[in-house]
Amino acid sequence: MATTTLPHTDQIWEWLSQVPDPEIPVISLTDLGIIRDVQWQGDTLVVTVTPTYSGCPATGIINLDIESALRAHGIQKLELKRQLSPAWTTEWITAEGREKLRAYGIAPPVDGTAADGVLAGRVSRLMGNNLTIQCPRCGSTHTQKVSQFGSTPCKASYRCADCLEPFDYFKCI
Amino acid sequence: MPSLPDMTTPNLTALAGQALADSGHVQVPAPDAGQEQFSEWLQRLGDNCLILGHRVSEWCGHAPVLEEDIALANQALDLIGQCQLWLGLAAEVEGKGRDADALAYLRDAGAFRNLLLVELPNGDFGVTLMRQFLFDAFHIELLRALKTSSDNRVADIAAKAEKEVAYHLERSADLVIRLGDGTDESHQRMQAALTKLWSYTGEMFLDDAVDQAMADAGIAPLPSSLQPAWDKTVAAVLDEATLAAPTGAWQHKGGKKGIHTEHLGYILAEMQFLQRAYPGAKW
Repeated sequence: MATTTLPHTDQIWEWLSQVPDPEIPVISLTDLGIIRDVQWQGDTLVVTVTPTYSGCPATGIINLDIESALRAHGIQKLELKRQLSPAWTTEWITAEGREKLRAYGIAPPVDGTAADGVLAGRVSRLMGNNLTIQCPRCGSTHTQKVSQFGSTPCKASYRCADCLEPFDYFKCI
Repeated sequence: MPSLPDMTTPNLTALAGQALADSGHVQVPAPDAGQEQFSEWLQRLGDNCLILGHRVSEWCGHAPVLEEDIALANQALDLIGQCQLWLGLAAEVEGKGRDADALAYLRDAGAFRNLLLVELPNGDFGVTLMRQFLFDAFHIELLRALKTSSDNRVADIAAKAEKEVAYHLERSADLVIRLGDGTDESHQRMQAALTKLWSYTGEMFLDDAVDQAMADAGIAPLPSSLQPAWDKTVAAVLDEATLAAPTGAWQHKGGKKGIHTEHLGYILAEMQFLQRAYPGAKW
């Protein structure tokens, strides 16, 4: 590999689009929108990653997975950079990623509904009245919030009043 | 950090440190701020997150229902994640070769700068929730103001944390109202929690020389400037919750200067034991 030309960054993006999120393996890191930049600095590949939640335990695994995947493709000099700003938002999850989430049984985020810390209209919002979350199993919009938090830092718990199944909703930030 | 995120991430601290060093931000804060005071102020932020995160994590496996257990554990995780960012920056600014872990695990109680409110024991679920609400309502105003800090590194962390804390505040405010305006027993417990914690809220808004230096440098707002917004949020939520704040003016203070309640030492004994007994131990 040492004397060959460096792979184009498009190729790197393509490889990264094959790396699954460790917690939600149906979507890739690029679907999730956490890969912010890929560039060569000399013969070193610099991949810039932003965390979803500042305490997300998957962050370390994600870095490890990126490194393993790129090394397996022959990348030798690799640097991972963490970038906090602009802060990650669920709006960066790709359309394809959202469809994959739905098919997997996780209701994708509804853009523009993130908590803003302004408590006016609080009760209505907390009851989920500002949101129509479609059940990812039966498609019903007759669903209820069970808890603001779910099985990972990025999800909330809901249940469907029609098919009676519980499901995760990818909460908005 | 205490037991939560690091089990499978041996290189996370190094990666984070490297990323900060490479972030391209100016490495000096705005003019006229002493680095020592800046680091001191950052440790206050980080210690609030660390100690409250640790306290909240104590509920893991013990909360009244599964959903609350999960919510509390997730909040603890958010806070400890934020703590890593603040203490990482504090260590960098300090420039003495320490890192976030060294600050978290190797300082004694007198060197901790958190508010007394966050180190108080969890009590019942009502005390835990009321403490969270009173702190969240302050935390959100602080982070909002820090988004326009003259120091980019501070502004970046604040913008990240603000989103998480907005979510925390919605939950804690909601539960304070539901339980305050709930059954006789839940009302009594929430009122008792409020009465118990109220005299620990004044410390959040006290200004001292470090705060003044940060304000002069445009790094942070004076804590006292955050009080009107906090008062408004708290009054509205307590009113809806049918709870009454005590009227006494006397307030505890000392945490920001390292004078703590007897409870902090017990937290540190548990949190720091491994690193004290086995220095440098890693997962």
